[in-house]
Amino acid sequence: MTTEMTNPETKGNEVSGQGRSARIYRPLTDIVETDDGVSLMLEVPGASPDGVDISLERRVLSIRATVRPTRPEDAGPGYAEYGEGDYERAFTLSEDFDPDRIAAELRNGVLTITLPRAEETQPKKIAVKAA
Amino acid sequence: MLTPASSFFRYDPFADLDRIARGMNRAFPRSWATPTSFPAVNVWRSGDAIAISSELPGVELDDIEITVKDNVLTLSGERKAPEAPEGARWHLRERSYGKFSRTVQLPYAVDSNKVEARFRDGVLQVALHRPEEDKPRRIEIKAA
Repeated sequence: MTTEMTNPETKGNEVSGQGRSARIYRPLTDIVETDDGVSLMLEVPGASPDGVDISLERRVLSIRATVRPTRPEDAGPGYAEYGEGDYERAFTLSEDFDPDRIAAELRNGVLTITLPRAEETQPKKIAVKAA
Repeated sequence: MLTPASSFFRYDPFADLDRIARGMNRAFPRSWATPTSFPAVNVWRSGDAIAISSELPGVELDDIEITVKDNVLTLSGERKAPEAPEGARWHLRERSYGKFSRTVQLPYAVDSNKVEARFRDGVLQVALHRPEEDKPRRIEIKAA
């Protein structure tokens, strides 16, 4: 169905630093397919709806989400288990989806993208011209 | 795994916390649960306040419980799996679900009446304060 394209760092991977540098993370994703279409659920905690960018081009679905850091400005010494940074991931789809019908919803840090299956694609007849 | 912040600072009041966390990681191998213990927590200290942030994507606000007692903060709740219709075929399952509970040891006992928590875009932010009576007081020195 889908093939991984990019391979940036996963949140689960070891992360050093305090999120000061612009790090890019690969959001953890679930992909489920039904007869109606395909749904992707990506974990993008910290991203707001206006910071999410989804594009579909030549069967490549790209997702990018920017995150506003939560680290307090006057923060003193700290203890960090996770870093903050933007999210990026791309998937190659094995079939065509109508880009106009793609819907996306962001709720509690999870981005759900639904790709409804295209209407029964009519076989295209190629007319052969006589020489 | 947990990354110590100690190398970034000249002194680290969270060294003990880090040591405990490392011990926990040894006691409970990675394979038991998600790669890092869920949820991951960041702790910042500024003046007489402590700021804690945690990533809880997919958790509903009503399913989060925070309790504070003395110098221990407990963060627990449940992340419910999304409902999948009959005949759904999974192509990728990287996310995890279920109940979670984490305790964070704070550098000092905090005022349990003065805890502010905010949950936005799947990120929980908790602000804790040192009780008034515990704040260091400046002593006036009288001239003889």
